Amino acid sequence: MNALNIQKGASSHSAYDLRDPNSQVEESHTLAVLVENEPGVLARVIGLFSGRGYNIDSLTVAEVDHTGHRSRITLVTRGTPAVIAQVKAQLGRIVPVHEVHDLTVEGPAVERELGLFKVRGQGEKRVEALRIAEIFRANVVDSTLESFVFELVGTPTKLDAFADLMRPLGLADLARTGVAALSRGI
Amino acid sequence: MSRMMTGARMVVEALRDQGVDTVFGYPGGAVLPIYDELFQQNDITHVLVRHEQGAVHMAEGYARSTGKPGVVLVTSGPGATNAVTGLTDALLDSIPLVVLSGQVPTFMIGTDGFQEADTVGITRPCTKHNWLVKDTDKLAGTIHKAFQVATSGRPGPVLVDIPKDVQFATGTYVGPKQIEPARYQPVRKGDITAITRLVELIEAAERPILYTGGGVINSGPGASQLLRELADATGFPVTSTLMGLGAYPASGKNWLGMLGMHGLYEANLAMHGCDLMINVGARFDDRITGRIADFSPQSIKAHIDIDPSSINKVVHVDIPIVGDVGHVLEDLLKVWKSRGRKVNSAALNQWWQQIEGWKAKNCLGYRNSDTIIKPQYALERLEALTKGRDRYITTEVGQHQMWAAQYLHFDAPNRWMTSGGLGTMGYGLPASIGVQMAHPDALVINVAGDASWLMNMQEMGTAVQFRLPVKQFIMNNERLGMVRQWQQLLHGERYSQSWSDSLPDFVKLAEAFGCKGALVKDPKDLDGAIQQMLDYDGPFILDVLVEKHENCFPMIPSGKPHNEMLLGEAATFGVIESEGAVLV
Repeated sequence: MNALNIQKGASSHSAYDLRDPNSQVEESHTLAVLVENEPGVLARVIGLFSGRGYNIDSLTVAEVDHTGHRSRITLVTRGTPAVIAQVKAQLGRIVPVHEVHDLTVEGPAVERELGLFKVRGQGEKRVEALRIAEIFRANVVDSTLESFVFELVGTPTKLDAFADLMRPLGLADLARTGVAALSRGI
Repeated sequence: MSRMMTGARMVVEALRDQGVDTVFGYPGGAVLPIYDELFQQNDITHVLVRHEQGAVHMAEGYARSTGKPGVVLVTSGPGATNAVTGLTDALLDSIPLVVLSGQVPTFMIGTDGFQEADTVGITRPCTKHNWLVKDTDKLAGTIHKAFQVATSGRPGPVLVDIPKDVQFATGTYVGPKQIEPARYQPVRKGDITAITRLVELIEAAERPILYTGGGVINSGPGASQLLRELADATGFPVTSTLMGLGAYPASGKNWLGMLGMHGLYEANLAMHGCDLMINVGARFDDRITGRIADFSPQSIKAHIDIDPSSINKVVHVDIPIVGDVGHVLEDLLKVWKSRGRKVNSAALNQWWQQIEGWKAKNCLGYRNSDTIIKPQYALERLEALTKGRDRYITTEVGQHQMWAAQYLHFDAPNRWMTSGGLGTMGYGLPASIGVQMAHPDALVINVAGDASWLMNMQEMGTAVQFRLPVKQFIMNNERLGMVRQWQQLLHGERYSQSWSDSLPDFVKLAEAFGCKGALVKDPKDLDGAIQQMLDYDGPFILDVLVEKHENCFPMIPSGKPHNEMLLGEAATFGVIESEGAVLV
């Protein structure tokens, strides 16, 4: 399919449509998907994205209401506006999906991600790593004489920036949770 | 009142409470308790199929001809995987099915047990929804929910996977009315502002067209009635997709015939030239649109669809109306009538004159023969000899399917069962059996090609066992005709693997199955042979030897717009450019 530059899910998607995909601008959208917490619901959501060729840049999921059996999936997807509209409509079609919110267009929202960064080093580099961690307000959650594990909460860009700075200072490993997001205000 | 019973009994009880009279299935180890319960009751007829794919297509035929959900019962592992093609077919054509599958006992799930397969995993992308029931107390409620999901909103197939220990264990039965109201409640009423805006456009339109699809059929006979009222009251021309044939009668004065790749010239040109396109329950499938960039370039497009994801999926529309076709048409007619039933009559007259000009091309004309039966002629005679009878047609997939859509006429909904979206060869024979089960006294004909028919021919055994007088009208060209046609048009006439070698003798095959068969190859004998098939009281295979190299026209070549149709044999070489050749 790629050789033909057919964009699946595009508003004018058809096997007959041989458009140049570069003519369309892709946007990143953060979606909050409230689902029934039942077996297989995450597989349905992920299967939709892989089956229809949509992108997932980040995905987090956890139960948010135990008695009501609700889970919240926060996912960041990328696509042309038409693709994003299709993604939302297709998500809404899944039987155990209760609500789909596009936090990128529905008003201001807070987005946060947690990262754990293991940095190995000695001497000046170790001191520099600790100094930068303080600037970023990262916490030290583990320490040996030759390593730190920093915990940092922030926007994905902040975590990216921190990782970039830590790389020359001995960044050995990192784990990120993906984005969790909520709309601002009441 | 709640009652205690085994899971297996619950299945039968729930089916009975859902009004199910027929189940298509095949037994196996993981569904034995349910089969034991079926044995001990008389309300539900079980149709023993010869292959589980056949069971699902039969259920589709049953569902499409009745509007009720079709029910299938299969065992675990291979039973469930054999059902996958049918499930996918039903998903693409929005056919309500409830498939019940057995599963290894809960304590064996995940151990690669005998006949274990991850059925809910395998069928997740090919069902509207599916469930694995691990607790007998939840079994009845889940089955009732399954019926609700399958039949509401945009219909589709669902599957309930039932482990064997859940069938044996005892639990509390709940009836359909005892389950909590479903949270899954798709919108049925359309937005009245959008409907009013569409009415304004209807009043002013100079070159309108109603482009109708399977959604009208799925919405029920009332929707077809409303469509007829709308078309006849406004005088707007009507065309339909393959899925929607019969919603507007072929004998109706506004009927243009089917549109799309093998649609009629007048239908496609009217779509291309219209200024207002009203899509009623269709989905802008690629067989319909041709090249998107040139699809009906001058029209304002309205789209009535119950599924929000159909809106703007392929073609950008100006007036989206999410709702059930029946409800929306009812509101539309109300608003239009209350505003004085206005249409732009002068412009409409001109539009019809233009359409009559296209009709004059007689795009379904073909060169007949005295010596060889032309497939088009075979269908014209079938149409003539069954005219006036309440007739149900199923088809397989290929050239014969397109010719059937062109040359047979449907005046009522639910009379035409064909695999549209998935294009499943082997659909027609089992589907005809499902239709005949639902309508024991009706005339049911499967218009088939030789290659497709062989794909599920084992189901003739089912037809004979249940004394179902299905008529198998095989147009035998000893080819995979549509594949051959494409190879001729765009692969340099290299006919790679597209002929049917070693075909069986269909007459002897009919006898071997215990039914009746006949062969006809002379056009002079055709009427007699068809009449013999129609008069025979039982399943019948008519082997019609037709012209081997006939191509199906009209045709919009791949990658071309509607106004670049091919009308006949002339100039068919080099018409598909390399870009189009990679498409299907």
